[in-house]
Amino acid sequence: MTRQGYLYFAIMAALLLAVGFGQSWNVALGILNLCLISAIMSLGVNIQWGYAGLFNVGIMGFAALGGLAAVLISVPPVQEAWAAGGVGIGLSLLILIATVVVVILLRRVTPDFAKLWVTVAAIVIGLAVIGIVYGPAVERIEAINPAHTGYLGGLGLPILLSWIVGGVVAAGAAWLIGKISLGLRADYLAIATLGISEIIIAILKYEEWLSRGVKNVTGLPRPVPYEVNLVKTDWFVNFVGWFGADTVDAASVFVKLCYAILFLIVLGIIMWLSERALKSPWGRMMHAIRDNRDAANAMGKDVTWRHLQVFVLGCAVCGVAGAMMTTLDGQLTPSSYIPLRYTFLIWVMVIIGGSGNNWGSVLGGFVIWFLWIEAEPLGNWLMQVITISMEDGYWLKEHLIASAAYTRLIMMGAILLVVMRFAPRGLIPER
Amino acid sequence: MDILNALVLFANFVLIPATVYGAQLALGALGVTLIFAILRFANFAHGELMAFGATITILATWFLQSAGVGLGPLPTALLALPVGILGAVAMVLVTDRMVYRFYRRKRADPIIMAILSVGVMFVMAGLVRFIIGPDDQNFSDGVRFLIRAGEFKQMSGLNEGLAIKLSQVITVVVAVAVVGLLFWFLQKTRAGKAMRAYSDNEDLALLSGIDPDRVVMIAWLITAVLATTAGVLYGLDKSFKPFIYMQLLLPVFAAAIVGGVGQPVGAILGGFVIAFSEVTITYAYKKFLTYLVPAEWAPDGLVQLLSTDYKFAVSFIILVAVLLIRPTGIIRGKVL
Repeated sequence: MTRQGYLYFAIMAALLLAVGFGQSWNVALGILNLCLISAIMSLGVNIQWGYAGLFNVGIMGFAALGGLAAVLISVPPVQEAWAAGGVGIGLSLLILIATVVVVILLRRVTPDFAKLWVTVAAIVIGLAVIGIVYGPAVERIEAINPAHTGYLGGLGLPILLSWIVGGVVAAGAAWLIGKISLGLRADYLAIATLGISEIIIAILKYEEWLSRGVKNVTGLPRPVPYEVNLVKTDWFVNFVGWFGADTVDAASVFVKLCYAILFLIVLGIIMWLSERALKSPWGRMMHAIRDNRDAANAMGKDVTWRHLQVFVLGCAVCGVAGAMMTTLDGQLTPSSYIPLRYTFLIWVMVIIGGSGNNWGSVLGGFVIWFLWIEAEPLGNWLMQVITISMEDGYWLKEHLIASAAYTRLIMMGAILLVVMRFAPRGLIPER
Repeated sequence: MDILNALVLFANFVLIPATVYGAQLALGALGVTLIFAILRFANFAHGELMAFGATITILATWFLQSAGVGLGPLPTALLALPVGILGAVAMVLVTDRMVYRFYRRKRADPIIMAILSVGVMFVMAGLVRFIIGPDDQNFSDGVRFLIRAGEFKQMSGLNEGLAIKLSQVITVVVAVAVVGLLFWFLQKTRAGKAMRAYSDNEDLALLSGIDPDRVVMIAWLITAVLATTAGVLYGLDKSFKPFIYMQLLLPVFAAAIVGGVGQPVGAILGGFVIAFSEVTITYAYKKFLTYLVPAEWAPDGLVQLLSTDYKFAVSFIILVAVLLIRPTGIIRGKVL
């Protein structure tokens, strides 16, 4: 990293400290935690875009898969639901796989002119058969205590495990999606991934047997202590008393600090691996492919396979970040996943930080998340200043103050455009 | 009689909604395809451009309504549409001048342009929400129904009703008019021919003295007209909510690609393919089949291929399928 890079990170740290002293430590740590997760996500995107030049706008979907993993790993299984519909769901899955296999086989043997119709017919028949088994099974599962469960539940394992599993699940999905769509032209790949991420969200939203859908899974178990228990623990009360702080506040800060340490460890590991990969022969090969695909191909590099590899790796990192975010929130709310926040904002981070540079992506994650959060008070303040000469109750004043929150969108877009125009290599350029 | 009932049922719940939705998608996809053909990038800001044009139109509609100006049975929004178009035109010309032109002259990679359009999307999304807020806005007035379900039942003596909303008729009529104008422009006028030449081969077009800035400007103008019209028609027919337009971006892209990127005819075709598949795949055929088959064969289930929740997902599935099976889209060959 350059001297400038250190300077930027120092400024970032100072800003977070300023929030700590100025607003509150709770807010500062809350921002820091999401900064860390954002940094991991943008590292994942940087692996794809910076190393290999893949334009993936399906980040939201992979983050959501990570979140799903957090639920499926940590929540205790709902035995009645398994008894009621487990077999039906399993059977539907088997039929689905069978349908896919049949379609692939049929497409091999049928002549070209009939291919489309045979495929469509096979899919329709397959879906109809699945419907017979699947519908009743789902109904039975969702009927079991719908106010609290109404889904299959998870495995009841420690939630930290889900950070790894989230990565693996996202990687598996990415392999499948990459197999299908990586041969496409760059902008088609973008649109295809955008669509696929919407499908993943739709599945999370509407397959209630799997994820409780829009009813949300709340109260996920935590890897760190609970505040209510902390304030009753002797050593903690003594420890806080020694500082002379308010116990309830301190408990909340302490919990956030624990999360921050966990996230920092993960970020450190991923960062170390990314840097190692970038500096290895593999990293140089990826750069060669990015900069001149045809030349790399001519040198005997298997471009499509390498693209798939890097796509899977990047998505896995996003999946890990998604699982971490769900862990931090303690709940999975499928309807909160919107592309503006979970896909395009991450892209802004990568571009601002400096694509191709891991430190840049981390910095971008920090800077953009910080601005995203602090834009709200900033926008409010700006609107107060603008409307200071207007009378109270004047419609324009009311409207401007009510709409202040949306200045953050305008600000993000403006930052992206300005950086791309005047510093296209980002804050910390690639060497 | 049962067959007639089945047909009316089908028309009411599948044919009419899908046609209207298809017309809206086609208008949106035409804009995307035009930018693809002339500026050669995927414009992610198109959905927000639709929302922006519709926002300005809504503001103008409210102004006209409060001034007491209206079109009688027709919605006032039609009168306000030109204002919205002007707003959208100003918007795209400013963004082109401030954002895209610099990169166009450098002949930047299309992916860079796409990322720029993401930035523009953020700004437009912020502006729309800043101006009109994130909530539902109702701006339709005038007559609501041409034919009501109840009246139709009385008239025809059938069990099933057929309802046609005025907004549905307006959507189709306006869409046909706009598309007709667009094709006339592209085929018959000098500027249209210049655009086609430019899209076919940029260098040759430049050599023959076509002014690229002019071609690009006209492309943006037409895109703004198409996007605003599509946005307003969608808002009139369903409801205006900024968030919806972000969601609409995906079916619109799907329509453009399914039809064949850069092909106006393809975009229209794609719009209807997407709309009809969305509606037919998520429609429950139980009642429809009950009319057609003998009573003892009547289906128990809903006879629905996919639940309506997956309406939006259908367009992506088709998109991905088309990209895999026939990446050129339905219509191959030269663009525009």
